[in-house]
Amino acid sequence: MKTRDLSELAVRNLREAVLRNSLTTLGVAVGVASLVAMLSLGVGLQTLASSRLTRSGLFDAVFVTSQRNFRGPGRPPSAESAPKQKTRPLDDDVRQQLSKLPNVTEVYPQIRFVTEVRYAGKSESTAVLGLSDSSRTSGAFDGMTGAFFSSPSAEEAILQIDFAKLLTDQPSSLIGKDLILRYAERAALPKNASDEDLLDSMIGSGTPGGITIAPREKKLRIVGVIESDPSAGIGGFGGARVYLPLKTAEQLHVAQPDDLQVFVSGNSGKPSYIAMTVRVHSPKDVPQVEAAIKQLGFATFSLLDASKTLVTVFRVFDLFLGLFSSLALTVASLGIINTLVMAVLERRREIGIWKALGATDHDVRSLFFAEAGAMGLFGGLFGLALGWLIGQALNWGTTIYLRTQNLPGTKITFVPLWLALFAIGFAIAVSLVAGLYPAARAARLNPVEALRYE
Amino acid sequence: MPTATFFLQAQSVSRQYRLGETVIRAVDAVSLNIRKGEFIALLGSSGSGKSTLLSMMAGLDRPTSGAIRVQERNLAELPSDDLARYRRETVGMVFQSFNLLPRMTLEENVELPLRLAEVDRHDRASRVGEALERVGLGARRRHRPSELSGGEQQRGGLARALVNRPAILFADEPTGNLDSVNGEQILLLLREIQDSLGMTIIMVTHERPLAEKFANRIALLSDGKLVSDGAPR
Repeated sequence: MKTRDLSELAVRNLREAVLRNSLTTLGVAVGVASLVAMLSLGVGLQTLASSRLTRSGLFDAVFVTSQRNFRGPGRPPSAESAPKQKTRPLDDDVRQQLSKLPNVTEVYPQIRFVTEVRYAGKSESTAVLGLSDSSRTSGAFDGMTGAFFSSPSAEEAILQIDFAKLLTDQPSSLIGKDLILRYAERAALPKNASDEDLLDSMIGSGTPGGITIAPREKKLRIVGVIESDPSAGIGGFGGARVYLPLKTAEQLHVAQPDDLQVFVSGNSGKPSYIAMTVRVHSPKDVPQVEAAIKQLGFATFSLLDASKTLVTVFRVFDLFLGLFSSLALTVASLGIINTLVMAVLERRREIGIWKALGATDHDVRSLFFAEAGAMGLFGGLFGLALGWLIGQALNWGTTIYLRTQNLPGTKITFVPLWLALFAIGFAIAVSLVAGLYPAARAARLNPVEALRYE
Repeated sequence: MPTATFFLQAQSVSRQYRLGETVIRAVDAVSLNIRKGEFIALLGSSGSGKSTLLSMMAGLDRPTSGAIRVQERNLAELPSDDLARYRRETVGMVFQSFNLLPRMTLEENVELPLRLAEVDRHDRASRVGEALERVGLGARRRHRPSELSGGEQQRGGLARALVNRPAILFADEPTGNLDSVNGEQILLLLREIQDSLGMTIIMVTHERPLAEKFANRIALLSDGKLVSDGAPR
């Protein structure tokens, strides 16, 4: 029999026992809905976490320090990490060298300093951090009051809200206002400097050359106030409370903690940095870039391994959610078996008539299979819609709860196309498997005996 | 007599059933040769084996021994799918209890053999209409079997049996559930079909007067054996 005729007859048969078949289909739908809701929660949480982490730039970045600097907070110095060769400072030459490595998209120094901020007669001491322009897309500034820096070298600042509260009771009112940054500027002295310069620069050795450190002030326009610390945890370097565009921060030539050590060790007067961040094309490039940087004699740190563990955790989470929700679908498949076995018993005479009219065993088997498949298809579609609605309800409830906690709402469930197709396919597959036995039983019926059945 | 001159040949056909330790011989070494265009009545009392013999000749059951040859094919040896094709293409069946599917309209019931035979959708409507007109039910095509009288249901069953244009029509007690008036009408219709289409008709009945009135030939069975075979008196 042609597929179209088979489908028509199957749907027609399902319509005839509408209550029983609807209840069976509803059973499949509930199973599919629980599967979709559970997996969409797993996928949604994974998507939420990974998109935040990916956009944060933590997984496509390598943090570089000179060998002597590479030691996490609170970690004792180890004998293995002791420098075996003369350490190289992280200066602009190194920055150029790193930016030429394959698959590297961006290299920027970490400019962080503690300084004094003045606003409306108040003076507060805090940490200041230079942010690269790529931070704009990190997601850390989503939902910020105000805006990100207007340009990579704008004379603007973003304040962390706790710090902003120290300056005024109404943090949002700071936007558009100016603050004054007081900092220590360093500059290198030329080897042939004048006597007066030399006199100023005689530090320790009494030899010509060196650096000057002078107090400076910079007026910055406040453009944004942010709830969280966008730099928290990067490379284990702690946070800051005032943010400037990186180029602006670089142009300040603020004295860095390394300056004195670099100067004493006899290096040139070029500015050096505590750390640099090397961004790569994609996380898969991280190991190769890390290896190349180590070859150059620097210490590196990346969060790629942490992300791999995260993915594994989510995969296992999804697996358990899937297995748990599959139980509901298994129960639903028993409903299909029951319905179809009953249908075979009730429709014995009908099967006999079919066979008397020339239906093959295959035709009869296909009819029952098609009925099982149709229940799976309708149950799958309905279950998908139901599961999606449950997901939307979860999103809605979560958003309401988060708003009561003064946090921005978020979507915790997500039904990707593959999940929708998988749910429908799985429902049909389970239904077909459930239909195997009843269909085989119907096909085996002897037509003469079936026709005698009352 | 050469085999080719007969349309259907039952050659020493037996059908046995085992009921515990007892072997029941429903049909016992029956031989019957049927020519194309004959209207033969298998006559006998209840349990004589006439319906069992008809089931085997219609390809619904297989003999325990013997052969049933139709157009050089031995039905006893045909694979299951070929036997189904024989029922679909060569045979039309009319039953005592009509056996229309209650969930379908009359039109859909008549269309079912065409669906099974994978007849083109466009041809079906005209063939269904033609079959229903032949039995006088053109106006009842949208009715369900429960909305039809017994005589109408049997005529509907006859339309379904004819729609595939079979070579042989098997009728198993076609008047068994009908009153005498409707029963005669059905047999008149069968006779008319035999005359106009030249169709071979094999009918099981236990009503001798009807058999004698309408059939060209009567085969009498008793206890599974063929007792007599010849033209009606």
